[in-house]
Amino acid sequence: MEKIEASYLSAYGQRKGLAGWLTSTDHKRIALLYMSAMSVFFLVATFLGVLMRLNLIAPGSHVVSPRAYNSLFTVHGVIMIFLFIIPGIPAVLGNFVLPLQLGARDVSFPRLNLFSWYFYMGGALCALLSLFTGGGAPDTGWTFYVPYSVKTGTNVSLAVFGAFLLGMSSMLTGLNFLTTIHRMRAPGMTWFRMPLFVWALYATGWVQLLATPVLGITLLLVIFERAFGIGVFDPARGGDPILFQHLFWIYSHPAVYIMILPAMGVISEIIPVFARRTIFGYKAIAFSSLAIAIVGYIVWGHHMFTSGMSDMARVVFSLLTFVVAVPSGVKIFNWTASLYKGSITVSSPLLFVLAFIFLFSIGGLTGLINGALSTNIQIHGTYFIVAHFHYVMFGGTGFAFFAGLHYWFPKMFGRMVDEKRAKAACILMFVGFNVLYFPMFILGWQGMPRRYYDYPAHFQPLHSLATVGSWILVAGLLLMLHNLIRTIRHGLPASANPWQGTTLEWHASSPPSIENFDVIPTVTTGPYAYPQNNGVSS
Amino acid sequence: MEHDTHPAVRNKTFISVWAILVALTMASVGASSVHAGTASLLVPLLIATVKASLVLWFFMHLKYERALFKVMLLFPLGTLAVIMGLTFVDTWFR
Amino acid sequence: MSTSVASHHSDYTGAKIGMWLFLFTEILLFGGLFLLYAVYRAKSPAEFHEATKHLHLALGLSNTLILLTSSLTAALSVSAIRRGQKYWALWGIGVTVVLALAFLVNKYFEWKEHIGNGMFPGSPALTSLSHGENLFFGLYYTMTGLHGVHVLAGAALLCVVYVFVNREKVNQHSYSLLENACLFWHLVDLIWIYLFPLFYLVT
Repeated sequence: MEKIEASYLSAYGQRKGLAGWLTSTDHKRIALLYMSAMSVFFLVATFLGVLMRLNLIAPGSHVVSPRAYNSLFTVHGVIMIFLFIIPGIPAVLGNFVLPLQLGARDVSFPRLNLFSWYFYMGGALCALLSLFTGGGAPDTGWTFYVPYSVKTGTNVSLAVFGAFLLGMSSMLTGLNFLTTIHRMRAPGMTWFRMPLFVWALYATGWVQLLATPVLGITLLLVIFERAFGIGVFDPARGGDPILFQHLFWIYSHPAVYIMILPAMGVISEIIPVFARRTIFGYKAIAFSSLAIAIVGYIVWGHHMFTSGMSDMARVVFSLLTFVVAVPSGVKIFNWTASLYKGSITVSSPLLFVLAFIFLFSIGGLTGLINGALSTNIQIHGTYFIVAHFHYVMFGGTGFAFFAGLHYWFPKMFGRMVDEKRAKAACILMFVGFNVLYFPMFILGWQGMPRRYYDYPAHFQPLHSLATVGSWILVAGLLLMLHNLIRTIRHGLPASANPWQGTTLEWHASSPPSIENFDVIPTVTTGPYAYPQNNGVSS
Repeated sequence: MEHDTHPAVRNKTFISVWAILVALTMASVGASSVHAGTASLLVPLLIATVKASLVLWFFMHLKYERALFKVMLLFPLGTLAVIMGLTFVDTWFR
Repeated sequence: MSTSVASHHSDYTGAKIGMWLFLFTEILLFGGLFLLYAVYRAKSPAEFHEATKHLHLALGLSNTLILLTSSLTAALSVSAIRRGQKYWALWGIGVTVVLALAFLVNKYFEWKEHIGNGMFPGSPALTSLSHGENLFFGLYYTMTGLHGVHVLAGAALLCVVYVFVNREKVNQHSYSLLENACLFWHLVDLIWIYLFPLFYLVT
């Protein structure tokens, strides 16, 4: 028994060292595998982003060549989206926390879980190899739109195949989580006693499962088109390029919810803990996750308002887009209502959450401006869109990911994050973020198109401001990373439940033992039973 | 280990289902040889759907599974119907 | 793997849920292609009708019957293992694999003939035809090709299961693997049930 009580971080099993990690089917170790790989990719893509901003500091400042610039925004997008934002929260935080929150020893299919990580790494390898092989780095933008993606001489096929593998990884993770949530809940944990992060992962799992295959087949078709010229997207042979856009966004719009739903779950976990009260409207938040997953399926056409879709489709998709804002609004109101009259402690996780609510609200509301047909014509393909989706993805998912990292870091490594540095990093990032992306709203409104290498002089003040913002943001990021890495070795020891959380992961030791729990806990109350902190008897 | 509560399906059941499937296949070939415009597309597709349902219901044991499996199957089918429908809102009106 | 301790008991229902979820992803993978087919068929019905004349109904029909029969033998093997009839289970799996190979051989000759006639994607013979016929063949190769890959994968999977049944690792008390492999096989059949009328019976 002694062996089982040992921390998952200590060496155990037949293989030691790195091999012990690379062959481990333990969900906690797999989470850390994802986290280490992802940090590297994230830094690479951040560097590419900064380089792009540097090129745009002043008109005519040619830091990189025009062709390299096209590759920069393509690769920045591909890495950030497929390697960081989409898998980020489910693969890292979900893998680590989900079984703990359910009171389980692992996910349903531990080997498949490890397999997913190898799919992820294989996909990443293909994406990175595509930069240096074939005709050079893809220059299509992350959307791989036909006909250009079929005609360009750059190495699109390999990059697309990489994205296909990454899709497989994401899909199998979703499959694993869905089965786990159905089958592995601790005794007494009914559906409405599940933590909201679990609800969010459940909704996400369905989207991963049902949307990703459509991307898979679309990407395969691009490869077939390039290799054999089957003609299904080629107008010269009767194909319809707009159908590619349909298929692409049938996945990629729901993918936005693969990114944001788990983020919303993280927020719903952190708020009750630091407000010391139960969440306001538990069922409303749980059901709004499902509603977002469902409605998120039927709004993809709003990415195609200017592509030549029929007017009927444009009206229908615009209308549906407004509907999807409702469940997101429900969540925002519930979170703020949960904070109301709570006894709030502003620790670093909550600070990130507050930044999330602010940034995500801006991102969400500007989404409505994009979703309205008439305004969309003005801002489509401009910096307004760039600003909008960075507010949602980075300001939303990114900040929620960092919030979750700070919240669960003591559980992962058994060490407390230095609060002062964490807060300083958060504030620095928040300021840098707004200085970087807010000017883009104005630029876009004034007509600055996205993906342009150069621009007329009258756009310069805002462009320069944004570039300065990117430096502040990166400074904050580096401070945060430094602080987190430092914590792993030098942080103060964390107790099992440093934040006085009520969900099950805080009943396991910090860091958890190999098998998570000595005895599987029995659940008798809902997940956020404040103030009496006795939701669970073990 | 947990198991199915229902007994193994009888061979006779499966063989009858197979016979019906073969008969339906022949019927769809027959129907398509009657050139009746749209109907000659719809009838074979309708027959295909009946065949698919038989495969799901008997061969894939859906008949004997708990409600969860039957409900879950509606998710991908619903999704497929919705994405097809909405795509046609574009292509039909173009 | 050494990490799994006794508590990771096999979860029969969980495994089946996982398999069904995987089948859902397959439905949507092919769903994207069905979507393309539907749009292009709606756009050029007459040309699709013309194009279908290049295919042999007899070959399509025989492949349909082969797959339906293989689905039967797969289903029979599950019932057999549950009754503890190892021999009949092996027989069922074996016949299924043989039929899968027969399907592929059939398909091979069919493709070979098209390609021999110069009817392959991007070929001059094909591009000289109308847009609709071109699309029909583009979809025909993609959909039957992808389906063929699934037939191959299913047959390989069944071969593995055959070995497991033979070694009695899959047996009367633990037959989850066989049942789930057969679920996959039935899905392959299910997809063909739609491919057959869409490509061979369009009029």
